[in-house]
Amino acid sequence: MLAVGVIGGGLLVVTLRNIIHSAIAMMVCFGSLAGMYALLGAPIVAAAQVLIYIGAISVLILFAIMLTQAGDANLPSPFHRQVWLAALTALLIIGLIGWAVIQTDWQAAATTVAVSVSAIATALFTDYALPFEVLSLLLLVAIIGAIYLARRPEEDEEANR
Amino acid sequence: MGLQGYLIVSTLLFGIGAFGFLARRNAILMLICIELMLNAVNLSLIAFNAYLPGSSNAGAIFALLVMAVAAAEATVGLALVIAIIRTRQTPEVDEYSDLKD
Repeated sequence: MLAVGVIGGGLLVVTLRNIIHSAIAMMVCFGSLAGMYALLGAPIVAAAQVLIYIGAISVLILFAIMLTQAGDANLPSPFHRQVWLAALTALLIIGLIGWAVIQTDWQAAATTVAVSVSAIATALFTDYALPFEVLSLLLLVAIIGAIYLARRPEEDEEANR
Repeated sequence: MGLQGYLIVSTLLFGIGAFGFLARRNAILMLICIELMLNAVNLSLIAFNAYLPGSSNAGAIFALLVMAVAAAEATVGLALVIAIIRTRQTPEVDEYSDLKD
Protein backbone atom coordinates (compact mmCIF):
# COMPACT_ATOMS: atom_id res chain seq x y z
CA MET A 1 0.00 0.00 0.00
CA LEU A 2 2.72 2.43 0.98
CA ALA A 3 4.83 1.11 -1.86
CA VAL A 4 2.01 2.01 -4.25
CA GLY A 5 2.05 5.51 -2.77
CA VAL A 6 5.79 5.83 -3.20
CA ILE A 7 6.04 4.48 -6.74
CA GLY A 8 2.79 6.04 -7.96
CA GLY A 9 3.74 9.39 -6.48
CA GLY A 10 7.15 9.19 -8.12
CA LEU A 11 5.66 8.31 -11.49
CA LEU A 12 3.18 11.18 -11.23
CA VAL A 13 6.03 13.55 -10.38
CA VAL A 14 7.88 12.81 -13.59
CA THR A 15 4.88 12.54 -15.90
CA LEU A 16 2.49 15.30 -14.85
CA ARG A 17 2.51 18.30 -17.13
CA ASN A 18 1.76 20.96 -14.53
CA ILE A 19 4.70 21.42 -12.20
CA ILE A 20 2.52 22.36 -9.22
CA HIS A 21 0.74 19.02 -9.52
CA SER A 22 4.15 17.39 -9.65
CA ALA A 23 5.09 19.04 -6.37
CA ILE A 24 1.87 17.78 -4.74
CA ALA A 25 2.60 14.27 -6.01
CA MET A 26 6.08 14.61 -4.52
CA MET A 27 4.49 15.34 -1.14
CA VAL A 28 2.36 12.17 -1.46
CA CYS A 29 5.49 10.19 -2.29
CA PHE A 30 7.42 11.58 0.68
CA GLY A 31 4.49 10.97 3.03
CA SER A 32 4.33 7.32 2.00
CA LEU A 33 8.07 7.09 2.55
CA ALA A 34 7.61 8.44 6.08
CA GLY A 35 5.08 5.68 6.69
CA MET A 36 7.59 3.13 5.44
CA TYR A 37 10.24 4.45 7.83
CA ALA A 38 7.78 4.12 10.72
CA LEU A 39 7.03 0.53 9.65
CA LEU A 40 10.76 -0.21 9.52
CA GLY A 41 11.09 0.73 13.17
CA ALA A 42 12.73 4.12 12.75
CA PRO A 43 10.16 6.59 14.11
CA ILE A 44 12.70 9.37 14.56
CA VAL A 45 13.62 9.21 10.87
CA ALA A 46 9.92 9.18 9.97
CA ALA A 47 9.42 12.30 12.07
CA ALA A 48 12.42 13.95 10.44
CA GLN A 49 11.05 13.01 7.02
CA VAL A 50 7.72 14.67 7.80
CA LEU A 51 9.38 17.76 9.24
CA ILE A 52 12.14 18.26 6.69
CA TYR A 53 10.72 16.95 3.44
CA ILE A 54 6.98 17.47 3.71
CA GLY A 55 7.30 20.52 5.93
CA ALA A 56 10.35 22.39 4.69
CA ILE A 57 11.54 21.24 1.28
CA SER A 58 8.08 20.90 -0.25
CA VAL A 59 7.11 24.38 0.89
CA LEU A 60 10.41 25.74 -0.42
CA ILE A 61 9.82 24.12 -3.80
CA LEU A 62 6.23 25.35 -3.94
CA PHE A 63 7.44 28.88 -3.17
CA ALA A 64 10.03 28.63 -5.93
CA ILE A 65 7.36 27.46 -8.37
CA MET A 66 5.03 30.28 -7.41
CA LEU A 67 7.87 32.79 -7.80
CA THR A 68 8.88 31.58 -11.22
CA GLN A 69 5.62 30.68 -12.93
CA ALA A 70 4.37 33.92 -14.44
CA GLY A 71 0.68 33.16 -14.77
CA ASP A 72 -0.49 29.89 -16.26
CA ALA A 73 2.04 29.41 -19.00
CA ASN A 74 0.83 27.62 -22.09
CA LEU A 75 2.52 24.39 -21.23
CA PRO A 76 4.74 22.98 -23.94
CA SER A 77 5.91 19.40 -24.01
CA PRO A 78 7.47 18.71 -20.62
CA PHE A 79 10.10 16.37 -22.00
CA HIS A 80 13.39 16.85 -23.79
CA ARG A 81 14.10 15.48 -27.23
CA GLN A 82 16.30 12.94 -25.46
CA VAL A 83 13.38 11.37 -23.58
CA TRP A 84 13.86 7.91 -25.09
CA LEU A 85 17.54 7.93 -24.26
CA ALA A 86 16.63 8.96 -20.71
CA ALA A 87 14.06 6.17 -20.42
CA LEU A 88 16.60 3.67 -21.67
CA THR A 89 19.17 4.85 -19.14
CA ALA A 90 16.68 4.71 -16.30
CA LEU A 91 15.54 1.21 -17.26
CA LEU A 92 19.18 0.15 -17.43
CA ILE A 93 19.78 1.51 -13.91
CA ILE A 94 16.65 -0.21 -12.57
CA GLY A 95 17.60 -3.46 -14.28
CA LEU A 96 21.17 -3.46 -12.99
CA ILE A 97 20.35 -2.58 -9.39
CA GLY A 98 17.26 -4.80 -9.36
CA TRP A 99 19.26 -7.72 -10.70
CA ALA A 100 21.90 -7.19 -8.03
CA VAL A 101 19.22 -6.96 -5.33
CA ILE A 102 17.52 -10.17 -6.43
CA GLN A 103 20.72 -12.11 -6.98
CA THR A 104 22.31 -11.27 -3.66
CA ASP A 105 21.62 -13.49 -0.70
CA TRP A 106 20.96 -10.93 2.01
CA GLN A 107 21.37 -12.70 5.29
CA ALA A 108 18.56 -10.62 6.60
CA ALA A 109 16.81 -11.10 9.87
CA ALA A 110 13.25 -12.26 9.52
CA THR A 111 11.89 -9.44 11.63
CA THR A 112 12.82 -5.81 11.80
CA VAL A 113 14.83 -4.42 14.66
CA ALA A 114 13.38 -1.21 16.03
CA VAL A 115 15.72 1.71 16.55
CA SER A 116 15.33 3.50 19.83
CA VAL A 117 15.58 7.27 19.82
CA SER A 118 18.01 7.34 22.72
CA ALA A 119 20.37 4.94 20.92
CA ILE A 120 20.41 7.24 17.90
CA ALA A 121 20.96 10.29 20.06
CA THR A 122 23.86 8.65 21.88
CA ALA A 123 25.53 7.53 18.66
CA LEU A 124 24.96 10.89 16.99
CA PHE A 125 26.70 12.84 19.74
CA THR A 126 29.53 10.41 20.42
CA ASP A 127 30.63 8.35 17.41
CA TYR A 128 29.19 10.73 14.83
CA ALA A 129 29.96 14.02 16.56
CA LEU A 130 32.37 15.19 13.85
CA PRO A 131 29.97 14.61 10.92
CA PHE A 132 27.30 16.35 12.99
CA GLU A 133 29.46 19.46 13.43
CA VAL A 134 30.57 19.46 9.80
CA LEU A 135 26.91 19.26 8.83
CA SER A 136 26.06 22.29 10.93
CA LEU A 137 28.82 24.22 9.17
CA LEU A 138 27.48 23.05 5.80
CA LEU A 139 24.00 24.30 6.68
CA LEU A 140 25.41 27.70 7.68
CA VAL A 141 27.31 27.94 4.39
CA ALA A 142 24.17 26.92 2.49
CA ILE A 143 22.11 29.62 4.18
CA ILE A 144 24.69 32.31 3.38
CA GLY A 145 25.05 31.06 -0.19
CA ALA A 146 21.32 30.99 -0.78
CA ILE A 147 20.89 34.52 0.52
CA TYR A 148 23.76 35.73 -1.66
CA LEU A 149 22.42 34.02 -4.78
CA ALA A 150 18.79 34.96 -4.35
CA ARG A 151 19.08 38.68 -3.73
CA ARG A 152 18.60 41.04 -6.64
CA PRO A 153 21.87 42.60 -7.80
CA GLU A 154 20.36 46.03 -8.51
CA GLU A 155 19.22 46.40 -4.90
CA ASP A 156 22.79 45.82 -3.84
CA GLU A 157 24.06 48.52 -6.17
CA GLU A 158 21.51 50.99 -4.85
CA ALA A 159 22.51 50.15 -1.29
CA ASN A 160 26.13 50.93 -2.14
CA ARG A 161 25.34 54.41 -3.43
CA MET B 1 7.39 -7.45 2.49
CA GLY B 2 10.94 -8.23 3.56
CA LEU B 3 14.25 -6.59 2.85
CA GLN B 4 14.14 -7.36 -0.87
CA GLY B 5 10.75 -5.72 -1.28
CA TYR B 6 11.98 -2.48 0.25
CA LEU B 7 15.14 -2.57 -1.84
CA ILE B 8 13.11 -3.06 -5.03
CA VAL B 9 10.86 -0.13 -4.16
CA SER B 10 13.98 1.91 -3.52
CA THR B 11 15.47 0.86 -6.87
CA LEU B 12 12.28 1.77 -8.73
CA LEU B 13 12.12 5.16 -7.04
CA PHE B 14 15.76 5.84 -7.91
CA GLY B 15 15.13 4.89 -11.53
CA ILE B 16 12.08 7.14 -11.71
CA GLY B 17 14.12 9.99 -10.28
CA ALA B 18 16.95 9.41 -12.75
CA PHE B 19 14.49 9.32 -15.64
CA GLY B 20 12.83 12.54 -14.53
CA PHE B 21 16.17 14.27 -14.08
CA LEU B 22 17.30 13.31 -17.56
CA ALA B 23 14.01 13.77 -19.38
CA ARG B 24 12.16 16.75 -17.93
CA ARG B 25 12.85 20.26 -19.19
CA ASN B 26 11.89 22.26 -16.11
CA ALA B 27 14.81 23.19 -13.86
CA ILE B 28 12.76 23.04 -10.64
CA LEU B 29 11.43 19.63 -11.55
CA MET B 30 14.96 18.41 -12.04
CA LEU B 31 15.67 19.43 -8.44
CA ILE B 32 12.56 17.54 -7.30
CA CYS B 33 13.88 14.47 -9.09
CA ILE B 34 17.19 14.79 -7.26
CA GLU B 35 15.19 14.75 -4.02
CA LEU B 36 13.43 11.59 -5.21
CA MET B 37 16.76 9.87 -5.79
CA LEU B 38 18.08 10.94 -2.38
CA ASN B 39 14.92 9.56 -0.78
CA ALA B 40 15.39 6.26 -2.57
CA VAL B 41 18.86 5.97 -1.08
CA ASN B 42 17.46 6.88 2.34
CA LEU B 43 14.86 4.13 2.05
CA SER B 44 17.50 1.52 1.31
CA LEU B 45 19.64 2.75 4.21
CA ILE B 46 16.73 2.47 6.63
CA ALA B 47 15.78 -0.96 5.28
CA PHE B 48 19.33 -2.25 5.74
CA ASN B 49 19.42 -0.77 9.21
CA ALA B 50 16.20 -2.54 10.16
CA TYR B 51 16.89 -5.96 8.66
CA LEU B 52 20.63 -6.43 9.15
CA PRO B 53 21.30 -6.62 12.89
CA GLY B 54 24.56 -5.48 14.38
CA SER B 55 24.84 -2.37 12.26
CA SER B 56 24.76 -0.18 15.41
CA ASN B 57 22.12 2.12 13.89
CA ALA B 58 24.53 3.53 11.31
CA GLY B 59 21.83 3.40 8.65
CA ALA B 60 19.38 5.58 10.55
CA ILE B 61 22.07 8.12 11.38
CA PHE B 62 23.28 8.23 7.78
CA ALA B 63 19.69 8.76 6.65
CA LEU B 64 19.38 11.74 9.01
CA LEU B 65 22.67 13.17 7.72
CA VAL B 66 21.53 12.69 4.12
CA MET B 67 18.31 14.57 4.92
CA ALA B 68 20.26 17.55 6.25
CA VAL B 69 22.54 17.58 3.21
CA ALA B 70 19.46 17.33 0.97
CA ALA B 71 17.95 20.35 2.69
CA ALA B 72 21.13 22.35 2.09
CA GLU B 73 21.26 21.19 -1.51
CA ALA B 74 17.63 22.12 -2.12
CA THR B 75 18.17 25.59 -0.66
CA VAL B 76 21.21 26.43 -2.76
CA GLY B 77 19.83 24.70 -5.84
CA LEU B 78 16.56 26.60 -5.74
CA ALA B 79 18.40 29.88 -5.18
CA LEU B 80 20.52 29.14 -8.25
CA VAL B 81 17.47 28.21 -10.31
CA ILE B 82 15.64 31.37 -9.30
CA ALA B 83 18.70 33.47 -10.18
CA ILE B 84 18.95 31.77 -13.60
CA ILE B 85 15.22 32.14 -14.28
CA ARG B 86 15.43 35.81 -13.35
CA THR B 87 18.11 36.46 -15.95
CA ARG B 88 16.89 34.13 -18.71
CA GLN B 89 13.12 34.48 -18.13
CA THR B 90 12.47 30.76 -18.66
CA PRO B 91 12.67 27.63 -16.52
CA GLU B 92 13.29 25.35 -19.48
CA VAL B 93 16.81 24.00 -19.29
CA ASP B 94 17.23 23.45 -23.02
CA GLU B 95 16.89 27.20 -23.56
CA TYR B 96 20.12 27.74 -21.62
CA SER B 97 22.33 27.26 -24.67
CA ASP B 98 24.67 30.24 -24.56
CA LEU B 99 27.79 28.11 -24.46
CA LYS B 100 26.58 26.07 -27.43
CA ASP B 101 25.91 29.01 -29.75
